[in-house]
Amino acid sequence: MERLRSLLRPVTSVPLARHLIVALVALLVVMAVIGMSSQYLQTRYAEMAYFAIAAGGLTLLTGLSGQLSLGHGALMAVGAYAATLVLERTGGESLADVFVALLVAIGVCAVVGVVVGVPAARLHGPYIAGATLTLAVAVPRLANQWDVLGGEQGLQVPVPRASELPAWIQDLIWFFTAVEIDQYSFLAYLGWLLLALTFVALANLSRSRVGRRWRAVRDDDVSAELAGIHLGRARVVAFTVSAMCAGLAGGLMAMNVRLTAPGAFTITLSLTLLAAVVLGGLGSLTGALIGAGVLAFLPHFATDLGESFGLSATQAAEVTPVVYGLVLMLVILLAPAGIVGSLRPFLARLSATSALGSTKEKTT
Amino acid sequence: MRTTARRAVQVVCVLTTASLLAACGAGKERPSEEGTAVGVTDTTIKVGAHFPLTGPAAPGYSEIPSGHQAFYEYVNDAGGVHGRKIEMVVKDDAYNPTNTSAVTNDMILQDEIFAMVAGLGTPTHRAVVQRLNDDGIPDLFVSSGSLQWGDNPETSPMTFGWQPDYEIEGKVIGQYVAENMPDAKVGLFLQDDDFGEDGEKGARQFLDSQIVDVQKYTPGGSTDFSPQMSSFKSKGVDLVIGFNTPSYTALSQIAAQGVGFKSKWFYSNVGSDPALVGGLLASMTKGKIPAEQGVKLMDGMMTTEYIPGVDAPDDEWVKLWQKVWDSYSKKGSEKLTNYRIYGMSQAYTFVQALQANGKDLTRESIVETIEKEGASFEGPGLAPFRFSEDSHMGISGVSVVEIKNGASEPLTPVLVTDIGDAPIEEDDSAASDAPPSSGIPE
Repeated sequence: MERLRSLLRPVTSVPLARHLIVALVALLVVMAVIGMSSQYLQTRYAEMAYFAIAAGGLTLLTGLSGQLSLGHGALMAVGAYAATLVLERTGGESLADVFVALLVAIGVCAVVGVVVGVPAARLHGPYIAGATLTLAVAVPRLANQWDVLGGEQGLQVPVPRASELPAWIQDLIWFFTAVEIDQYSFLAYLGWLLLALTFVALANLSRSRVGRRWRAVRDDDVSAELAGIHLGRARVVAFTVSAMCAGLAGGLMAMNVRLTAPGAFTITLSLTLLAAVVLGGLGSLTGALIGAGVLAFLPHFATDLGESFGLSATQAAEVTPVVYGLVLMLVILLAPAGIVGSLRPFLARLSATSALGSTKEKTT
Repeated sequence: MRTTARRAVQVVCVLTTASLLAACGAGKERPSEEGTAVGVTDTTIKVGAHFPLTGPAAPGYSEIPSGHQAFYEYVNDAGGVHGRKIEMVVKDDAYNPTNTSAVTNDMILQDEIFAMVAGLGTPTHRAVVQRLNDDGIPDLFVSSGSLQWGDNPETSPMTFGWQPDYEIEGKVIGQYVAENMPDAKVGLFLQDDDFGEDGEKGARQFLDSQIVDVQKYTPGGSTDFSPQMSSFKSKGVDLVIGFNTPSYTALSQIAAQGVGFKSKWFYSNVGSDPALVGGLLASMTKGKIPAEQGVKLMDGMMTTEYIPGVDAPDDEWVKLWQKVWDSYSKKGSEKLTNYRIYGMSQAYTFVQALQANGKDLTRESIVETIEKEGASFEGPGLAPFRFSEDSHMGISGVSVVEIKNGASEPLTPVLVTDIGDAPIEEDDSAASDAPPSSGIPE
């Protein structure tokens, strides 16, 4: 045991390697779960993946850099429209089309992130919340201004057909799961793969010098500046990284929903993203993942529950936001640091006792 | 000795992993083509639809599924269709296309419906048509008059319209106005999507020179139409033709009163239900316009009609709907409305298609049946369906009516036509169809 630990030390002490290993293991487990799930659950997992990517970016911005954004729904809209327009031009049938579309979505959002981030860096607290709020309200309405954006009815998104995927991917998936890949499982695999990559990148960023600067800026901007940190630059970088995550999430959302329309990107979306982040635990990627899971599963769970209690479809539809609001209120009241934040002291105590146990082992 | 043991363990580990991986792949045969009668058993048929049960489009439209369900229960209690009982799943999309996409996904994958029947709305249903056709799911009798459900069966082979499309409605309205009010200055009030566009296309065939102003609105957007009504007023409009949903009929009336704009009004069938609009006027103005006065406000308005409604209680069809509703409404206190009649009329057509299809029901066979026999279905529609291999368009005609005391008085006989430059002809033949005595299509 001791030897194993010392053997693994060079790996576990390097954050990148550690994050990669955790991500890889998690990814394998998730792939297996997706492979065994029904198509319906696969679409829920895919939804959870893109919400988690967006929430991950937001938790980094709000939790680490201390900038409260109410406009992430708008950034997702930018990503979704960018990806949709690319897919429309290229046909969106092959895997390459999909990745090009997602890269364009990320790129466009990076540019928007810088453009919005620069003025936003001069603001703080409620002012930046207000500024990003206008973004959330205004951006989706732009779709009504230009015909190329499809107006209120939105744009149809071509989805890659599973049969068009490269043969080696089809064989690989078949080999591991014994289930033929179809477009539902493809989107779920794609979402979780990109989620794993994004979270490794974000986790690494937050452990790096960049992340430490963000924390310094968040905790005390004056002393951060005295220590030689360029406040504006640190904030703009944080906003841009966060916007890129939202762009990727938007692109994935477009493919999953198969429609990009302003109705998807209301202010409610921005607020639910923030709610997911708060629910999970501000600043924690695990929290973002949990929050996204709640977002993807709770509304359906509540509707089904309502219907199983004999409510009519209308009443069950009305019950959903109530349940959602109640859960949020309960978390805020009972676990103000979010789910992960409240579990953290407990987990710390647990690992402390096990560390104690191992030292005991050593002495005997 | 110890090294040998360790090596043995390593080898065993590798072998186990390899065989496990191999087992993963070799376990099952690759599945064959999926069956095409998902959602059908020997005793049940499961269908689904998306409706706005909440949100700005919910008033009126949320009543349609209750009509469907009442009629299906009536049929089920009489033994069902070929021994199968019809079950309908209804999901709320709040008239938001993104939600429609999500709930349709749920109905296909979770509820495993056999077919979509009567999914409502032009922008909403448009979001899922491609999906339904890609997956080979029958998409029958869409609750919307947009052209796209039926004008091109090659791209959407599984989709069928039901009500008269907005283009032929626009044509009939246009011809009536051109013939009877040739001096009117016409303003168009349109929903800013295919609904408004199709209607405008039809109306412009006859009214191009008479139209002086066009105003559009976005569902879910602003609810204050003072700017639009002021524009009509300033351009001297004296006849407004509206292709809009009921809430926007009420909102346009409120705004017109607000800016002192007086005009004749001609709302397309979709937005013209006097009882509903009256109620909406009352609730939107917080009672400043009481419901009865709201209904009175609708007096003299023109609209079109293609199925008999609650204002004709002596009609054989309405008698049937009343009988069904009285015994099968979930809550006895709720009244029969035109929207429930609309739902029951659609349900009647669906049952008719199932009967015509016979016992062997698949997703392909129901489409084939409607293409072959749909044009001869006799039902509450005032004009026959246009279903064939080349057209999936619904009812082929409407009659122009004027609203008086909340009831409609016909101004023209039934006018039958088709999209494009097909001529408009008088044809009352389908209007005299009567329901079978059992109330269930044979």
